[in-house]
Amino acid sequence: MRHIISILIENEAGALSRVSGLFSARGYNIETLTVAPTEDASLSRMTIVTTGSDEVLEQITKQLNKLVDVVKVVDLSEAAHIERELMLIKVRATGKDREEMKRMADIFRGRIIDVTDSTYVVELTGSSSKLDSFISAIDTGLILETVRTGVSGIGRGDRILKV
Amino acid sequence: MKMTGAEIVIRCLQEEKVEVMFGYPGGAVLHIYDELFKQEQVKHILVRHEQAAVHAADGYARSTQKVGVALVTSGPGATNAVTGIATAYMDSIPIVVLSGQVPVPAIGQDAFQEVDMVGITRPCVKHNFLVKDVRDLADTIKKAFHIAKTGRPGPVVVDIPKDVTAHTCEFVYPESVQMRSYNPVVKGHLGQIKKAAQLLAEAKRPIIYVGGGAVLSDASEPLRKLVHQLGYPVTNTLMGLGAVSGTDKHNLGMLGMHGTLEANMAMHYADVVLSVGARFDDRVIGNPANFAEEPRKIIHIDIDPSSISKRVKVDVPIVGNVPDVLEEMLKLIDGKKPDPAQTADWWQRIGEWRSKNCLGYKQDKELIMPQYVVQKLYEITKGEAIVCSDVGQHQMWAAQYYPFAEPRRWLNSGGLGTMGVGLPYAMGAQFAHPDATVAVITGEGSIQMCIQELSTAKQFRLPLKIISLNNRYLGMVRQWQEMFYGSRYSGSYMDSLPDFVKLAEAYGHVGFRVEKPEDVEPVLKKAFIDHKDDLVFIDFQTNREANVFPMVAAGKGLTELILAEDL
Repeated sequence: MRHIISILIENEAGALSRVSGLFSARGYNIETLTVAPTEDASLSRMTIVTTGSDEVLEQITKQLNKLVDVVKVVDLSEAAHIERELMLIKVRATGKDREEMKRMADIFRGRIIDVTDSTYVVELTGSSSKLDSFISAIDTGLILETVRTGVSGIGRGDRILKV
Repeated sequence: MKMTGAEIVIRCLQEEKVEVMFGYPGGAVLHIYDELFKQEQVKHILVRHEQAAVHAADGYARSTQKVGVALVTSGPGATNAVTGIATAYMDSIPIVVLSGQVPVPAIGQDAFQEVDMVGITRPCVKHNFLVKDVRDLADTIKKAFHIAKTGRPGPVVVDIPKDVTAHTCEFVYPESVQMRSYNPVVKGHLGQIKKAAQLLAEAKRPIIYVGGGAVLSDASEPLRKLVHQLGYPVTNTLMGLGAVSGTDKHNLGMLGMHGTLEANMAMHYADVVLSVGARFDDRVIGNPANFAEEPRKIIHIDIDPSSISKRVKVDVPIVGNVPDVLEEMLKLIDGKKPDPAQTADWWQRIGEWRSKNCLGYKQDKELIMPQYVVQKLYEITKGEAIVCSDVGQHQMWAAQYYPFAEPRRWLNSGGLGTMGVGLPYAMGAQFAHPDATVAVITGEGSIQMCIQELSTAKQFRLPLKIISLNNRYLGMVRQWQEMFYGSRYSGSYMDSLPDFVKLAEAYGHVGFRVEKPEDVEPVLKKAFIDHKDDLVFIDFQTNREANVFPMVAAGKGLTELILAEDL
């Protein structure tokens, strides 16, 4: 099962490697990982997308909590939540493809943020599966480059992850 | 008052009441060594290899409730310390390792004797720090000690660049530690403890399964009370030996790969298991699938939530400090003893398993049986020695044939299984208990992994007694090769062994060689009585082909135990 884990961690040198090292040492899987400081600069927030059985997820949460720098850990996917990922995708945009690519970007509510006479860069936000759908909806031969941020997530309503 | 970083380091150690520290100097820690020289409160023990410094600090911690401290230089000093750190980590031993580092501006420049100590040790420490600013030094060292000894204990590394030890700042030692990210639980959940007490009261086939956590948390007293209150059988892991006396009639002995028949069978067929600071590891329950075949309720007390439901599913998890939880449990039981009739059948079954006498072995007229040496050692030391073992067959025989009456008298590397720990552990234990009898049970393989420490032992006049069970094989490897690899003894035979008697003498100690069974007792007596104040190395030439039984082969279940007589 796919899970989205949110972590509040002390914003110290090496904090990221403590978490990523834990995942590799214990054989847990990381699909995506994002990290950045929060409004409180002494704290970083990390979002990790991982897969595993319930038992594995229980261990992941416990092992993360055991890290001395980790302040809080939440499995966002246990309740209502929102996930977003940002993708920048550079595509060939010439001839009839130019109009078609514009149309596709519109359908997916993407924005074209860079234009040359032969390329577009499309900015797209959404769930990971939406980004995947965009990639499969366009002609793969036209894709020149993609970059994705990995998932960021937040709980809905009153679910708040804070110190 | 303004102080240099080096002065601050020493002052912090004094504030932490560190009496003994084990170390080895080098370029990056010279300022610290200079400050050490100027004071007497913290005694520095110069070892002969940094690995031994960490093992000795670890042994010191194991034999006391205190935090062990080691000091090593950067680069190779630091990497040599890693095995010691990983060993302490696997057994949750509270130690603080101070390592030198190249000056801050040189970090990342591939400087002489530079190594990324924080990076290298990250997977085998409870926590580690690189102190880049002298103003953070006192605070960091305070945190290091706090983290090492609280919660589930473990090693903490503080990496200190050389320039930081030269810089100055005001010294204030913090009184307490506040960390929003680190607040280990102490008290167990009362509702859970109630459930556990209820299950225990109704148990028909109970077993109390005790691990190293009971020793580390000094839980012996409430644990023994609980065992006697309930009148239930108890078994312990390799790390739990001594938590309940080895001679207590409730004690079925060690369980696991080389555990007794009665302990393993009782563990397997119990209807209620109370796990006390133990973690159901692979050497204890063997194959979890096989273990899961029998229905049973498991209560698991552990300070580390991640130890619970890691390998087996637990019914009543209790996160908390073991003695605190046991005290609560005793309060709830409130003197009510379960009806002995309830467990009469169970005790009878245990009696049948016990009657197999699974630790029996055949005495030999010509050859010294290693088990016999351990038994004689037990008799001569009246079971009161601190026994430090290395890793291998001798370790298992020591665990099987030397019943420990008290905790913290059995020091060995259970988790990592590090050969070479015995001698440095004994050094650490002897510094902590200058009047105690400290024995090393080792083999000719293990002892050579830290043999250089015979020199340290001479320098500090440590009257250790080294019992080497010399079978001219790497015995445990040979046993596995005999049983599982068609007796192809690949790489397990040691030729050109040194003359250990002469070797001991070369280091300034006393050495004996024993080749006949009838000489075992007299020579042990000579060592422990006539040479009480000397380090004595006894090279016992034991039966080469003796094997450790009972045995649960790797990946097998507890019920698939092989007894000596089965072969």
